[in-house]
Amino acid sequence: MSSVAVAKKKGFGATVWDYLTTVDHKKLAVLYLVAGTLFFAIAGFEALLMRIQLMIPNNNFVSAGFFNELLTMHGTTMLFLAATPLLFAFMNAIVPLQIGARDVAFPFLNSLGFWLFFLGALFLHLSFFMGGAPDAGWTSYASLSLYSPGHGIDFYVLGLQISGAGTLISGINFIVTIITMRAPGMTFMRMPLFTWTSLISSTLILFAFPPLTVGLFLMLVDRMFGANFFNHTMGGNTIIWEHLFWIFGHPEVYILVLPAFGLFSEIIPVFARKRLFGYSSMVFATILIGFLGFMVWAHHMFTTGLGPTANAIFAVATMAIAVPTGMKVFNWILTIWGGSIKVTVPMLYALGFIPSFVAGGVTGVMQATAPLDYQLHDSYFIVAHFHYVIVGGIVTAIFGSFHFYWPIMFNRALSEKLGKWTFWIFFIGFHLTFFIQHFLGLMGMPRRVFTYQADQGWDLFNFISSIGALMMGVGVILLVTNIFMSIKSKPLNCRDYWGDGRSLEWALKTPVPFYNFKQTPLVRGFDPYWLEKHEGNKEGMTYAEPLGDIHMPNNSIIPLVISIGMFVAAFGALYHPDGVSWSIPVIVIGLGITVAAMITRSLKDDLGFHVHVDEILATEEELYGKGGNK
Amino acid sequence: MMKGLKKWRLFSLLAVMTVFLSACGEEYITTLKPAGAVGKEQFNLLLFSISIMALVVVVVSVLYLYAFAKFRRSKQGEDHMPKQVEGSHTLEVIWTVIPIILLLILTVPTLITTYKFADVKAMEEVDEEGNKTALTVNVTAKLYWWEFEYPEQGIVTAQELVVPTGEKVYFNLKAADVKHSFWIPSVGGKMDTNVENVNKFYLQFDEESADLKDGVFYGKCAELCGPSHALMDFKVKTLSREDFDNWVAAMQATEGQTANADSADLGEATFANSCLGCHAISGVGASGAMGPNLATFADRNRVAGVLEHSKESIEKWVTDPEPYKPGNLMTGKYGELSEEEISAVADYIMTLSVED
Repeated sequence: MSSVAVAKKKGFGATVWDYLTTVDHKKLAVLYLVAGTLFFAIAGFEALLMRIQLMIPNNNFVSAGFFNELLTMHGTTMLFLAATPLLFAFMNAIVPLQIGARDVAFPFLNSLGFWLFFLGALFLHLSFFMGGAPDAGWTSYASLSLYSPGHGIDFYVLGLQISGAGTLISGINFIVTIITMRAPGMTFMRMPLFTWTSLISSTLILFAFPPLTVGLFLMLVDRMFGANFFNHTMGGNTIIWEHLFWIFGHPEVYILVLPAFGLFSEIIPVFARKRLFGYSSMVFATILIGFLGFMVWAHHMFTTGLGPTANAIFAVATMAIAVPTGMKVFNWILTIWGGSIKVTVPMLYALGFIPSFVAGGVTGVMQATAPLDYQLHDSYFIVAHFHYVIVGGIVTAIFGSFHFYWPIMFNRALSEKLGKWTFWIFFIGFHLTFFIQHFLGLMGMPRRVFTYQADQGWDLFNFISSIGALMMGVGVILLVTNIFMSIKSKPLNCRDYWGDGRSLEWALKTPVPFYNFKQTPLVRGFDPYWLEKHEGNKEGMTYAEPLGDIHMPNNSIIPLVISIGMFVAAFGALYHPDGVSWSIPVIVIGLGITVAAMITRSLKDDLGFHVHVDEILATEEELYGKGGNK
Repeated sequence: MMKGLKKWRLFSLLAVMTVFLSACGEEYITTLKPAGAVGKEQFNLLLFSISIMALVVVVVSVLYLYAFAKFRRSKQGEDHMPKQVEGSHTLEVIWTVIPIILLLILTVPTLITTYKFADVKAMEEVDEEGNKTALTVNVTAKLYWWEFEYPEQGIVTAQELVVPTGEKVYFNLKAADVKHSFWIPSVGGKMDTNVENVNKFYLQFDEESADLKDGVFYGKCAELCGPSHALMDFKVKTLSREDFDNWVAAMQATEGQTANADSADLGEATFANSCLGCHAISGVGASGAMGPNLATFADRNRVAGVLEHSKESIEKWVTDPEPYKPGNLMTGKYGELSEEEISAVADYIMTLSVED
C-alpha cells in the first residue's frame, strides 16, 4: 500500500475493501462508531415500542412474549452492542493520539476484536427473524432461561460469547497499547484522564469478561448439550449463574462509565479553559472505583437470600464507591470554578451530566441500603436509577464526544445550533421519562411488566414517562440528522478546532495522516499541547526523533475471515439440539474456516511496510499544502 | 441563559412538589403508606437516606450553579485566561471525609435492620404443649400463581393470602418452576422465591384490609418469570386474630370436600370430570397442587389474579385462558367444554366459599 494513495479519491469497491481489511485505529474507530450508532438506534427503537405499550394500562400494542423479547434485546444491545462499541470508537480514535502513538499495540487484533463483536451482534439480532429473540432479560437468570422455549436464549449465549471475545481482545489490546506505546515523556502521571480511564476500563474488561464467558459456556452446554450446571433438579444451582453474571455485570457498569468520566474530564477543562482540578486524585479515584467495582456484585442479589452477613458486607462496600465517585464530581465542579466557561454543545452535555449523574448516584446509595432495597429492588425505582446513570452518565458522554471529537475523527464539525436543540429535547425528555419512574417504583410497580391494571394509581406517570421517551427519540433523530449533514459540510483542515485544546490529540492538524505523527512527539509535561502552545510552538509539539522512515502494519482480511468462521459455526451449535443432521458439519466447517485463517496468519510472515521520508513529505504536502504540517 | 435556568429550576421545583403531593399512590399497593412494621421501617430508612442524599444534592447543586453562573466566558471576556490550578489537598480531604462520615451515619441503621429483618428464630419457638407460637406460611410461587400453605393448621389456599394482623407472620418461600419474587409493597419489602432453596423472612400486617378499596392488599411477582410475569398478582386479606382463627376453622371444616361426577348439577359434574384433577376444593392439605386450590374461590377478589371477579370472567377464562395469561399451564389441559358446561362450572365455583 502506498501512503500517498490513501488520501486519493477511491472507488466505492476499493473503499469497502479498505474498511473490511483495515487495521488503522482511526478507521476501526469509524467502524465502531457506525456499528454502535446502528445498534443504539435499534435498541432505542425497542425502548420506544415498550414505552408505547406502557403508555396506557391494559394496552395491546405488543404481545406479552414479544415485550419480553424487546426488554431483553434493549438491555443486551444497549450495554454490549451500543455503549461498548461507541466508547471503543472514541478509545480507538483518541487514545493513540493522546499518548503519541502511531497505532495500537496489535493492529491486527484490533481489527479482529471489531469483527468478532460485529458478527456476534449480527448473529444475536438475526434471532428476530429466526424464531424469536431471547426473552429472559439481559440478566438471563438461569431458571427462566433454561425454561425458555425456542432458540432465543441460544442466540443470546452464542452471540454474546462471540462478541464478548471481541471485547476481551480489544480490552487487552488497549492495556498493552497504553502501557507500552506511550511517546517519550508521556509518563503515567502525565496521561490524559481519558487514557487513564480507558486503561482502567480495559483492565476491568480483562477481569470481568472471563466470568461472563464461563457463565455463558455453562449455559451453552446446559441448553445445547444437556449438561445440568444450572438444572437444580439434577443437582445444579441457578444462584451460581446469578453470581457469575453479576461478577461480570457489575464491573461492566464501570467498564462503561469510567471512559465516560474520562471523556468529560477531557471536555470540561477545554471549555473551562482551565487545567483539570485534582488530576492525581482523579486518577486515584478511577483506580479505586475500578477496584471496588469488583467487590459489590451481590448488591444486585440482596433479595436472593444470601443472608444478613453477606447483605451487610455488600451494602457497606457499595456505599464506599460513593466516596471516589463524589471526589470526581467535586473535582469537575472545581475545574469550572474560576475558569472561563464557554457553553458549546459538548460542554452542554458535560454540564447536563453533572446533576443527572449525581441524581443517579444518590439513588444508588439508597439502594445500597440493603433493607430499603428489599422495597426498591426489581421495581421501577431501579429502572429509574440505572437509566440516570447510563443515560445521564454514559449516553451524554457519548453524545457530547460526538460533537467534541468529530473534527479530529472526520475533519468536519457537527452543527452547534442543531446540537443545542438536540441536547435540550433529549435532556428534557430523559428527565421526563425517568425521574417519574422513581415514584412508580415507590408506588409498587414492578419492572419488566408488559402491562399493568388500571386501578393501581400508575396511569398518569406511565403516560408522562412515555411522552418523555418519545422526546428522547426525537433527540436521537436530530443527532443522526446532524451527522448526515456534516458529511456535506466543508472540511475543516485545522488544528485545535475548539481553540483551547490541551492534550496531544489537539496538536495534530486534521485530517490526521494514517501514520498520525510524522515524528514521534516528546512530551514535556501534563497537557502537552497546552504547554507547547503557550510557549509559542507553532507546530504544537516537540519531536523526540528526526524525520525518518515509519514502520506501519499491512491491512488484512484475515480478522474478518476468522470472525465469519465463528459466525458460521454458531449456527451449527444453535440448531444442534434440534437434532438436524447438518449441525455438526456446520460447526466443523465454521471452526475449520477460523482455524485455517489462524494458521495462515501464523505461517505467513507479515512484517508490515515502511513509509519513506519522501513519501511522508509528499503526504503532508498533499494534506496540508506546501510546507506540510507547520 | 441565566434567566432560562432560573425558570427551569422553578419549573423542576414545582414538578417535584406536585409529584410529592399527588403521588403517594394507592394505599393497597404503594410503599409510601406502609401498613406493616417492616414496611414502616423501610419507609423510615427511605426518608432517612433521602434526607442525607438531599443534603448532598443541595451542596453539589449550589456549588455547581454558583460556579456556572459566575464563571461564564461571556462575563469574563473572550480573552480571559483563568489561573491554572493543580488542585487542593485540603479540599480533597474535605470532600473525602465528609461523605465517609455521612455514609457511616447511614451504615448504622442499615446494618441493624439488615440483621433484624433476617431474624427468623421465632419460627422454631414452641409453647409448653410443643405447638409453634408463631404463624408460618409456606409460599410456593408457580407459573403464574401463588400457593399458600399453613403447615401448622393443615390448610392450603391459593392466590389470596389470609393473615392475622398485629403479629409477625413468617414465610418459607420457594418456587416450583422458575424463579419468582414475593412482594407485598404496602406491607414490606420483597424476597425471592428460588428454585433450589427455601428463603425465610417475616412481615407484620398492622392494618385490616377490610376498609381498602377492594378489601385486600395487592401482592406482586417482582422477578421476570415469563410472558405473564406482569399478571402474576396475588391479594392479601388481613384479619383480626379472632377472624383469622375463624377463617382457619372454616378452612379446616372443608376437609374431604369434593365434587361428584355423578351430581345432578352440571357444574359440579363438569368440574369433577375436567377440573378436579388439578384444582382441589377442600382447603385441607399441603402445597404441591397442579393448579390453585379453589376452596375459597367465591371469597376472592379476582379471577386468575387479574380479571374482574365475575361469572363472565370465569367463562372467558375457562373458554381460553391463553389471551388472559399467555404461557399459563392451564391452557389445553382440560379438553373441550361446551358453552353450557362452562357456564355451569362458573356458577359452581362461585359457590365455593368458607366465609359467610
